[in-house]
Amino acid sequence: MKRESLREAYGQALVEAGKRNKDVVVLEADLGKSTRSCLFEEIFPDRYFEMSIAEQNMASTAAGLALVGKIPFIHSFAVFATGRAYDQIRQAIAIPRLNVKICGSSCGLSDFGDGSTHQSIEDVALMSAIPNMVVLVPADAVETKKMVEAMVKYKGPVYIRINRNDLPVYTPENLEYEIGRMYTLREGKDVVVFANGVMVSRAMEAAEILQREGISIEVVNVSTVKPLDVDTLVEKVRNFKGAVIAEEHSIIGGLGSAIALALCKRKVNVPLEFVAIEDKFGTSASNYEELLVHYGLSVENICEKVKSLI
Amino acid sequence: MESNELIKYLERKALQLRYYILEMIGVGKAGHLGGSSSCAEIVATLYFHWMNIDPNNPYDPNRDRFLLSKGHAALVQYAALAELGYFPIEELKKVKTLGGMLQGHPDMKTTPGVEANTGSLGQGLSIALGMALGLRLDGRKSRVYVILGDGELAEGQVWEAAMAASHYKVDNLVAFVDKNGVQATGPVEERLNSNPLAPKWSAFGWHVIEIDGHSIKEILEALKEANNIKGRPTVIIAHTVKGKGFSFAEHNAAFHNGILTEEQYLIAKRELEKLMQGDER
Ligand SMILES: Cc1ncc(C[n+]2csc(CCOP(=O)(O)OP(=O)(O)O)c2C)c(N)n1
Repeated sequence: MKRESLREAYGQALVEAGKRNKDVVVLEADLGKSTRSCLFEEIFPDRYFEMSIAEQNMASTAAGLALVGKIPFIHSFAVFATGRAYDQIRQAIAIPRLNVKICGSSCGLSDFGDGSTHQSIEDVALMSAIPNMVVLVPADAVETKKMVEAMVKYKGPVYIRINRNDLPVYTPENLEYEIGRMYTLREGKDVVVFANGVMVSRAMEAAEILQREGISIEVVNVSTVKPLDVDTLVEKVRNFKGAVIAEEHSIIGGLGSAIALALCKRKVNVPLEFVAIEDKFGTSASNYEELLVHYGLSVENICEKVKSLI
Repeated sequence: MESNELIKYLERKALQLRYYILEMIGVGKAGHLGGSSSCAEIVATLYFHWMNIDPNNPYDPNRDRFLLSKGHAALVQYAALAELGYFPIEELKKVKTLGGMLQGHPDMKTTPGVEANTGSLGQGLSIALGMALGLRLDGRKSRVYVILGDGELAEGQVWEAAMAASHYKVDNLVAFVDKNGVQATGPVEERLNSNPLAPKWSAFGWHVIEIDGHSIKEILEALKEANNIKGRPTVIIAHTVKGKGFSFAEHNAAFHNGILTEEQYLIAKRELEKLMQGDER
C-alpha cells in the first residue's frame, strides 16, 4: 500500500486553491514548515500572513479578513488551533458564521514524541460542540486534497484535522467528494466499521485479517463528523449485526458520540462498540505505532471489538 | 460645514446619544451606562461626520469600518445607528429583549450596521487588523476604526494584535483607547495598572496621539493627523470620564453595569435635557 503525507497534500492543495481563487489567504502561527502552509507562502507571499506564536490574534484576524470577503485558512497544531483560540473561534467566527477555515495539524497522537501537551485528543469534541462549525477528518492524502477544494467552495467555518504521519491511500482519485457524506471503502456482511483519520487504514487492515477468519466487515470512512450523514448511517447499520466506531480521539465527544447520539435520536437499536482513547491524555513515545497500540487503537483492537459483536 | 458649527453639531449628537442610552437603560434594569457614555463624543464624531458610510447602502465594500471592541458599550453604538437610520428608533426600546435585533453585545447577524461580533474583550483590535489587511489587499481606500477600553488592555491578545499591526504597517487602522480609568470592579490603576500607555503603544511601533476624549475639536484633529501617518497604525489615547454626563455616575464603577433608581433616572433626564436646551440657545 502506498503511503503519502497528508500534510504535504494539504499544502499543495492550498497552493492550488490560491491559484484558482485570489481571495484565499493563509495565516500561520510559526508552524508553517510543519503544517506545510509554507508551500503557499513560497508562491503567494502577499497573501500569506505570519502571525507568529499568537493563535488568538490569528483567529480573530482571520475573522476580520473574512468580513471583508477573504477566505482565510489558519494553521497550527490541532491542540493549539482549537484550544488556544477556542473563545475567538466561538465568538468572532462561529456565531456570525464567517468563512474561516481552521486547520489543526499534527492531530491526535500523531505528534508521538512531543507528548500530551502537543497531542490533541479532544479537538473534534471542542469544534463539534460549536454551532455552525463543520468538522472534517481526512483519512489520506487524496481525500485531504479533495476536502481543501470543497472547503473553499463551502461558505462558512470549517475545522479540518490533519495527521502528521504518512498514511496509506484508500480514497479513489476519481471519487466525487462532498462535505457531509460518508464513503464505503469496502463492502461486507457481518459487522460495519465506521472510522475516520488514521483509523480508516487500520479498519481496512482489520478487514483483511478478519476475512481470512471468515468474518466479513464493511468499512465506511466517516470523514465528515459534522454534519453527520445520518440517513446513510441509519440505512447502513440496519444490515449488520452491529457497528464498531474507530477514531483517534477521546471516546467522549468524537465520532463515536456523534454516531451513538444520531442512532438514539432515530430510535435505531443496534449494538455498538468503540475503539477510541479512553478519557486519558497522551504521552511521549518513540514511534506512532507504539502509541496507537498503547491507547487501544490497533488493528487487533478493531478485530476484537468486531468479534464481540458476532 | 463651518468648523465651530460642526463642533456644536457633534456635541449635540453626543448628548443625543447619551439621551438614548439613558432611555434604553431606564429604571430597574442593568445596563452599561459608564462605558457607553465615556465614548459618546468619539462615536458621534466617527458616525455623524468622519467615516465614509451610507445607511442606505450599508454594505458598500468601500465603506469605512467601525468596531466597538469594548462591546459591552453597545448602547452607544445602537443609539448612533438608530439615529443614522440603519433601523427604526423604536428598536431601541426592544434592546436585549427576546427576538429583538439589538443584542446585549454587538451581533452583526441581527443588527444592521454592526460590522463584527465583539464583547468578548481583547479581540476587536485583531478583527480590525484582519479587515485592514484584507481591504489593503483589495486596494481599497477604506479605513478601519476600533474603540478599546483601558481595562480591556489587560488582555494579552490586544498586544499580539498591536505587534502584528505595526509589523504589517497597516496605516488604514486607527485605534481609540477610551481611557476612562475605571474597569468593572474599580479604577484600572488599582485593579491592574496598564499605565503608562503612550510608551507601551509607541514601543509596539504605533503612532500615538493623546487627547481629551470629550473634546470634539481634539478628536477631529487627531483623526486628521492619523490620516497623514503612513507606514504604521495610529492609536488615539482618549482621556475620558466613565459615566460622563451623568453626575452621580461619573468615575463610579457602580455604574459600569448598574441599575438606575427612578430618582437617578429622573435626575439624569433633567440634567441632559437642560444641556440639550442650553445648546439650542
Ligand atoms: C474576555 C472577557 N472577560 C470579561 C468580560 C466581562 N467584562 C465586561 S466589561 C468589563 C470591564 C471592561 O473595562 P474597560 O475595558 O475599561 O471598559 P469601560 O471602562 O470603557 O467600560 C469586563 C471585565 C468580557 N466581556 N470579556
